[in-house]
Amino acid sequence: MNKESKSYTLLYTMALVMIVGSALAYTAITLKDRQQANIDADKMRQILASVRITPAADSIVESYRHYITDSYVVDASGNRLEGDNAFDVNVGAQMRLPGGERELPVYVCTLADGSEKYILPLYGSGLWGPIWGYVSLDSDAAVVYDAYFAHQGETPGLGAEIQKPAFSSQFVGKRIFLDDRFMPVTVVKAGRAPSDGRDYVDAVSGATITSKGVADMLDNCLLPYRAFLENLSRQNQTH
Amino acid sequence: MAEKISNRKVFFNPFSKDNPVLVQILGICSVLAVTVKLAPALAMGLSVIAVLAFSNVIISILRKTIPTNIRIIVQLVVVAGLVVIVSQLLQAYAYDVSKQLSVFISLIITNCILMGRLEAFAMANRPWPSFLDGVGNGIGYTIILVSVAFFRELLGSGTLFGFRVVPQALYDAGYVDNGLMILPPMALVVVACIIWVQRSFNKDLQEK
Repeated sequence: MNKESKSYTLLYTMALVMIVGSALAYTAITLKDRQQANIDADKMRQILASVRITPAADSIVESYRHYITDSYVVDASGNRLEGDNAFDVNVGAQMRLPGGERELPVYVCTLADGSEKYILPLYGSGLWGPIWGYVSLDSDAAVVYDAYFAHQGETPGLGAEIQKPAFSSQFVGKRIFLDDRFMPVTVVKAGRAPSDGRDYVDAVSGATITSKGVADMLDNCLLPYRAFLENLSRQNQTH
Repeated sequence: MAEKISNRKVFFNPFSKDNPVLVQILGICSVLAVTVKLAPALAMGLSVIAVLAFSNVIISILRKTIPTNIRIIVQLVVVAGLVVIVSQLLQAYAYDVSKQLSVFISLIITNCILMGRLEAFAMANRPWPSFLDGVGNGIGYTIILVSVAFFRELLGSGTLFGFRVVPQALYDAGYVDNGLMILPPMALVVVACIIWVQRSFNKDLQEK
């Protein structure tokens, strides 16, 4: 058989692609459930990290079920949407919709001391790729309890610093309501303050674009929650 | 003719005398990228060993049937298929590692060591020597990856495999981790130092 003939080459390529293709399809299908479980566990770990709970790798799902006592989806007017699972909402995809049309996930965490925290997801872009995080609020939505940030590929030592507690712990205790006006915490260059007087944290020096990305992410992701958070804050004042 | 080299040499030469990174200067980009910590460096090394050994064997088995004019494409398809399988396995069984290695696992496809070995060895040799050649070169690559990562993690983070080895007393006395070691350029410098040491011991590698 002539190895260099056109028909041989063509048949050879077709056979090769079919074999490799089916091998890949088989691997992808058989491993899918396990991979999804890993991705879910990683998301749970991040949600828990925003309320300072860091379980061991093998007990993440348990801790999540234990601490996250409720989760639901609200719309921009603060009403609960029935039938939607908060955990399955793709925050990145929701961010592409206008603020008023988004599905907004809320996770309710009950800590060991009985206090409730509300965890809201964040998603935005840094210098090189997506950044995301979770911010947890006290039950009266007055101040931030803690925050967690992560990134895909920010520069080590600069933008990547947002993932470190040194950055995220700055958010602890920051107010998001000033004189009953909802204003998310922002990020500004160290030594400056925002002109509208809202609460702020110091940016990572040398990582202007990533820090700006965090500030935009906080604004874009939290502003649609305004109605929900105002309700929350009002409920707690009347109690 | 390559056939005459003993299997022993095929396996052990890549460790030092014919090391893919130090002597052939192949696969440098991944050395820069994944050597900040030991654990991902080791995982990367093992992945490369697996992909290299299996692609060498597959190409060696197919070598007499591959049409010459599309041989590079055939090699790439085999390598890419194996890399995707390894990456899927890591995502399923070692999620943290796959997250740390992120795109670099997929970039094994473009690792010059692979194409180099397939073209230079597997296309002309039987499956068993090709397997040894693949494992040998993979180990040679892993040795360098791990030794670079050893210095970078020790000096850059004060840890080894995530465990703290620099005593707290030293930090109290004013010692600071070298943040420069975490940045990619230092991987080049460390590789260069290793090449320097290796050449000063192997006189026959020195250029005149």
